[in-house]
Amino acid sequence: MRYAEMGYHLEIDLATGNVEKVETDPKLTELYLGGLGTSVKQHWDRVPPEVKPFDDENILIFSTGLFNGTPAFSANRTVVSFISPQSELLAYPMMGGFWSAELKHAGYDKIIFSNKSPDWVYLWVKDDKVEIRDARHLKGKGALEVQDLIRDELNEPNAQVAAIGLAGENRCFTASIEQGRSSASRLGGGAIMGDKKIKAVAVRGTRDVHLADGARFFELMQEVKEYIKFRNANPIPDVMTILSGIGSPQEMVHTDEKWHTESFSWGNARNRRKGFWTEDIEKSWKSTQLSAIKRLISCYNCPQSCGALIDVENLPRYMMKCFSKLTYSMAAYVDNLAFGFKIVQRAQEYGVDGFSTPQILAFAVELKENGILTDKDFEGCPPDEDKEGRFFWLLDRLAHREGIGDILADGTYWAAKRIGNGAEEYAHNNIKKHEQLPIKLSMLDPLYYLMYATNEKISITQIEGNWPQAPFPKREQRERFVKDWPQLPDEKFKQYFIDWELRGDNSIPHFPTPPMCSEIVDWMEMLHNIDDALGLCAGMASFCLKPPYHINNYHKLISAATGMDIDRDELKRKVNRSRNLHRALNNRRGMSRKDEKPPKDHWRHRFPELEEELLTTYYTYKGWNYDGIPTRERLHELDLDYVADDLEQRGILKDGQGQKDHQEHQG
Amino acid sequence: MAKVRKIIKSIKVDADRCNGCRGCEIACSAFHAEPKYSSVNPARSRIRVITHRLQDIWLPVFAGGYTPTECAGRDIYTIDGKEYDECGFCRAACPSRDMFKEPDSGLPLKCDMCEGEDEPLCVQWCLTDVLVYEEREVWVDEETEGKKQEELDIGLESLADKYGLDQLKDAMARMTTKE
Repeated sequence: MRYAEMGYHLEIDLATGNVEKVETDPKLTELYLGGLGTSVKQHWDRVPPEVKPFDDENILIFSTGLFNGTPAFSANRTVVSFISPQSELLAYPMMGGFWSAELKHAGYDKIIFSNKSPDWVYLWVKDDKVEIRDARHLKGKGALEVQDLIRDELNEPNAQVAAIGLAGENRCFTASIEQGRSSASRLGGGAIMGDKKIKAVAVRGTRDVHLADGARFFELMQEVKEYIKFRNANPIPDVMTILSGIGSPQEMVHTDEKWHTESFSWGNARNRRKGFWTEDIEKSWKSTQLSAIKRLISCYNCPQSCGALIDVENLPRYMMKCFSKLTYSMAAYVDNLAFGFKIVQRAQEYGVDGFSTPQILAFAVELKENGILTDKDFEGCPPDEDKEGRFFWLLDRLAHREGIGDILADGTYWAAKRIGNGAEEYAHNNIKKHEQLPIKLSMLDPLYYLMYATNEKISITQIEGNWPQAPFPKREQRERFVKDWPQLPDEKFKQYFIDWELRGDNSIPHFPTPPMCSEIVDWMEMLHNIDDALGLCAGMASFCLKPPYHINNYHKLISAATGMDIDRDELKRKVNRSRNLHRALNNRRGMSRKDEKPPKDHWRHRFPELEEELLTTYYTYKGWNYDGIPTRERLHELDLDYVADDLEQRGILKDGQGQKDHQEHQG
Repeated sequence: MAKVRKIIKSIKVDADRCNGCRGCEIACSAFHAEPKYSSVNPARSRIRVITHRLQDIWLPVFAGGYTPTECAGRDIYTIDGKEYDECGFCRAACPSRDMFKEPDSGLPLKCDMCEGEDEPLCVQWCLTDVLVYEEREVWVDEETEGKKQEELDIGLESLADKYGLDQLKDAMARMTTKE
């Protein structure tokens, strides 16, 4: 019997229509856990580096994590992985919702799509029954609307459906995969689905998910439950509201948006709007939000309610979560929050990423204002003073790939290349060709520098979470914070935090020092990798301060769930293994130190020498060479000799290139 | 008439608070697994959250008794503009639907209030306070022989009125022979 996992993959060959239920090797779970970890292994084994995003050979994996379908609170992530059309690297956007547990209960850990379908299809999985069904009649339907259409035509009200809209059908590089109240948005998973002509994946399962030691697992979950109650009743003092609780940032609950609206840079990640949050705005935004939200809702098995059912101005209802509440309004410089709620409805039906897309639209506006795009490109667009109409018009063009929209649909990096004429300067907020959170700050932050530069997520939140975003002004506050901090991997971090000050010698950019930064960033990255293997919401673990799940209880839960009996060190080793395999996969696709750069204007004050030192120190800490490629020694330690052989054969890793290599560059 | 003490166990459901997480289904199915907590399967749960997200319907319903026949007619309720499924509020495991039946054997499921626990598991694991367990003590009339006889007389009289005394006597005679 397999525990926590189901032990089967569904292999779907879209070209032949062949469907296979494949038993998986339990050894892979021992080596790479599950979720992202075991998916990376599939991509490494099956997708050679020459494969381009829209090639037949680019497999698309919908993966559950090890904890989906178990009683672990907030274990509801589905990891979708593929070679991204935007970054051309391995992408793994995740969605919450209800899909992953349903797939587990149907009897599978992953669905792996290969090749392309000749015509539009959707996949229907109900326990042992797996059908590739005609979806020609669903082409053009909205990503949300089609979910109910499929449930209706199957007469399966409890089926969970992940689907694409028009943007995915048209292979827009920022097309998302939508599912109920959640979406796998980043880096173009929707485009890969569209390229393979998969309109949706519907699942329903009625099988048991087994636990190795269920009684022990429940006992541990009891502790987690009590801690969730405690944290919900006791927000962390001394940090801003949005960081004080657990769960995803509570954007649907909180109406005070002074910090977001005034601290981020809006339009095309350009300007901070200091003084934006006036009394009038506060009043109008609060009333708009409260009247639009019908109910606060959760993902599967999660006590937090981070999402909401939205009903605005008689538009079809939809569900919203997190930050897209703000991104369109602020990017468009529209001061009316109702616009935000309205355009997100349309954007979700198209199925586009709510972080990248508003920036892309603002980028187009900026190019026009600067004469790089012309009136001809904007023919038919409402006049400039109609900022709302202009954004709707641009969104329509993008999703339909019409006119200028066909170029914008590839995201700012590729669009700028195609437009030329200086447009590249305006695609200024990217890392590895991908739009980032619109934050422009003053002083270089060494921790964020490393997170932005080096993590494979290449996405908004990167890998932050357990370590506070900024030092607390007073020593007493810091001492109070560290007093009760059972989530730490090592007691020494308490001293780092106590010593970290807002100003003076012990402040950013020089403190935490590069070695300390390496330890902190490595710890936070590891937590994200664990969550992504388990299918846990980062909001209850890696992406929040003092979370219910942490490095000191994950291994106990994994042991009880799977029967593997692992300790903390063994867990670290497992995730380090998949993390290094992931890095090697991207190295094999050409990624190296040269690409590990946050946007130039991310901080006003930059320190090139310190940045180099940070990167080199961190690479050394990780066991990577000067170019950011895992050394043979590191790969050997992690039982990844086959990876070292491959990298050497390809000339990516030179024989013996390791620590010596760092010394040469430093020396 | 003498009164006797009776404990009424109930779960109060504040559906307006439900965030739709289905944690109740998970806890229920794990508690009733063999061995206890060894597996999870919401399809085996004795509580189900009937969900129509866009209609703002999240309705926890507990498994009640088994019935071999489905109702002759159906009800469709509309409350506050929300239309609930036919049979939406019904707790029965009946032939008209899959709900509250073991997915493999089809055997009916019934909520047992998690006998032996201080509170049913669904209540323990509902952190949004949708489900609240309540025990009420009530004093009810003791069933006396005289009351039973009175009920029997009423029942027989109504049958005699409907079918005639002769037919009733024949039926009674047949039943007596069978026994």
